[in-house]
Amino acid sequence: MSPAAFKAISSQMQVLGNPSSLHTHGRSTRKSLEDAREAIARQVNCLPSEVIFTASGTEANNIALKGLFWQGKAHGKNIVVISAIEHHAILDPAQWLADHEGADLITVDVTADGVIDLNSLEEIINKHRNEIAVISVMHANNETGTLQPISEVVALAGEIPVHTDAVQSFKKTPLSFADLGVYAMTLSAHKIGGPLGIGALLLRRAVEIPALLHGGGQEREIRSGTLNAPSIVAFAAAAEDNYPRENVIALRDQFISAVETLFPDVIVNGKNAERLPGIVNITFPGTQSDTLLLLLDSAQVSASTGSACSAGVHEASHVLLAMGHTEESAQSSLRFSFGSTSTKADLDFIVSVLPDVIMRGRAANLK
Amino acid sequence: MKLIAAMSGGVDSAVAAARAVEAGHDVIGVHLALAANPQKYRSGARGCCTIEDSHDARRAADVIGIPFYIWDMAEEFHDGVVEDFLSEYAAGRTPNPCLRCNEKIKFAAVLDRARSMGFDGVVTGHYARTQISESGKTLHRAIDHSKDQSYVLSVLTVEQIAGAIFPLGDTTKVDIRKEAEARGLAVAQKPDSHDICFVPSGDNAGWLRDRLGSETGPIVDQDGNKIGEHKGAYTYTIGQRKGLGLTVPTSDGSPRFVLKIEPVSNTVVVGPREDLAITTMRGERPVWCGPQVSGEAHEGFVQVRAHGAALPCTYYFDGTLLVAELKEPLLGLATGQAMVIYDGDRVVGSATICQTE
Repeated sequence: MSPAAFKAISSQMQVLGNPSSLHTHGRSTRKSLEDAREAIARQVNCLPSEVIFTASGTEANNIALKGLFWQGKAHGKNIVVISAIEHHAILDPAQWLADHEGADLITVDVTADGVIDLNSLEEIINKHRNEIAVISVMHANNETGTLQPISEVVALAGEIPVHTDAVQSFKKTPLSFADLGVYAMTLSAHKIGGPLGIGALLLRRAVEIPALLHGGGQEREIRSGTLNAPSIVAFAAAAEDNYPRENVIALRDQFISAVETLFPDVIVNGKNAERLPGIVNITFPGTQSDTLLLLLDSAQVSASTGSACSAGVHEASHVLLAMGHTEESAQSSLRFSFGSTSTKADLDFIVSVLPDVIMRGRAANLK
Repeated sequence: MKLIAAMSGGVDSAVAAARAVEAGHDVIGVHLALAANPQKYRSGARGCCTIEDSHDARRAADVIGIPFYIWDMAEEFHDGVVEDFLSEYAAGRTPNPCLRCNEKIKFAAVLDRARSMGFDGVVTGHYARTQISESGKTLHRAIDHSKDQSYVLSVLTVEQIAGAIFPLGDTTKVDIRKEAEARGLAVAQKPDSHDICFVPSGDNAGWLRDRLGSETGPIVDQDGNKIGEHKGAYTYTIGQRKGLGLTVPTSDGSPRFVLKIEPVSNTVVVGPREDLAITTMRGERPVWCGPQVSGEAHEGFVQVRAHGAALPCTYYFDGTLLVAELKEPLLGLATGQAMVIYDGDRVVGSATICQTE
């Protein structure tokens, strides 16, 4: 957690008062909470009344996707459109809507660089304009960092509500709710140095959608439940932190060039697309990424594989598969993340352990 | 040493990993995902293939304080163990899948991968011991004979035994549970796994019938006279008496037993109890857990089931087959089972039974 967020959560935890209470203590907590709401709204260029706090980005995605679908369905619109590279926090609720609510789910392909194919999207919209309840396309992909052309998506969508999961993008790249023109956007605190377990749905004013949770209607009747004031003020403190974008970009680019020099056969996924500063996804041919993860972990380097199923078994990333990878090459890929606290020394250390890790990883490859 | 601890989610492998750490080794916990489609949550702790089991393994690793990862061995397990199990039954033999798993997965695929990654060996919660002697590292029975698993480890070569660490062989199961409790491991009282892990229902015959079909065929006596009908030959076992559904009684009223299963003609042969008796068994594809056995006759013991008795015998290797001649006749021995030779408590080697007489 960032020092500012840690300070904020620590001090707020010592303060008595439920923000919904009407007495002095309650009003005091309410003031801190509304200060936080305004601070977050300023950072993402929306109205404070458009910020709905949730317990996670996943919850915000669920409220947006299901709510906008149900609202559309009430007007005879039954199609949900998503990109092929969405996070599971969109893929799974979308599939649930198809399985349990009779939604027709359309998944839009991406290019080899991992960017949504706007031509396909345009065709889909032209064909089904009056049947689409909601379009959800993430702002930037969590595995490759590729930015998605949300303004273009909104322009093509016209009157169709667009939601974007901007969990990865917030603070890392310019992000304006008002300028993008989306109906809804998802944010999460822990991706920006805030605490785990707090997120926000930004929902355009005058958009009325059914709630998922009922029981008090604390957040504008869209979301019920006692507000987690300490986490919310820490979320705001993290949002007001400065993100050293240029430094992170410089580190990332040095890392890529060092890895490409060491292993000329690697593939930097999404290399030709606009990307977030801190995410690099690299395919190391002839390896299995779960082996590399174990070896790197032993060397005190934390990298990530695409995803794991509920049993913890490493699976080929659906994002890389959508970009044209085979199962085998997708399973040979690792994500490295750099953040505001990363240093040149960290980078040099990773580069120093990589040759041994890749050599052993290739030797241990069973496939 | 740098070691991989194979952690099933059960109490034994958890204590084994903890003991390896305490002995000063650098240990990493690995749970092997063996089922291509792991069962849903809360389907009970059976075998080692459920999601809850992988969570139990992770929790144990966290309590012990070691890194933990999951290795996907589903493909290797399916090809090497499940397919083998099916094809052996289809050929009229009775395989032991635990033995095959040790041979092809735990001490082959896992050990090979571990060694390539720079580890020295694999720790498991098997009840068995190893000793260093002049001829190298040898495999022995566990102190707790009721839990001894040396039988299913008898497929390990000398090289594999060199990379195997069995920290539990000197302790009884009762004491392992107490130790797990004292170490704060939540799996201390978790029930033992039974049966075959990839047959979640426990109904082996039904599982085989679903995959191999249930083509009916004749049950015949030793003269070839048809005296009944069976529902899939491989659901019978040698020595089986009950459930044959025979309507033609023997002349003296004595019971009949399954003597032979002939998969090609889909025939089950039955006969009197005394015809089940065998005194000689021969096994193919021998594996030596120490020095290779010579053609000379040696005195020792042979065991033909995982928790069966050690039968006194004379054994030798004829250059192709491992032969054991029993001191006392044995009733009901199926081909496909492993014959494991012991010299006292030391495992000499094993082979797959292919002939009996």
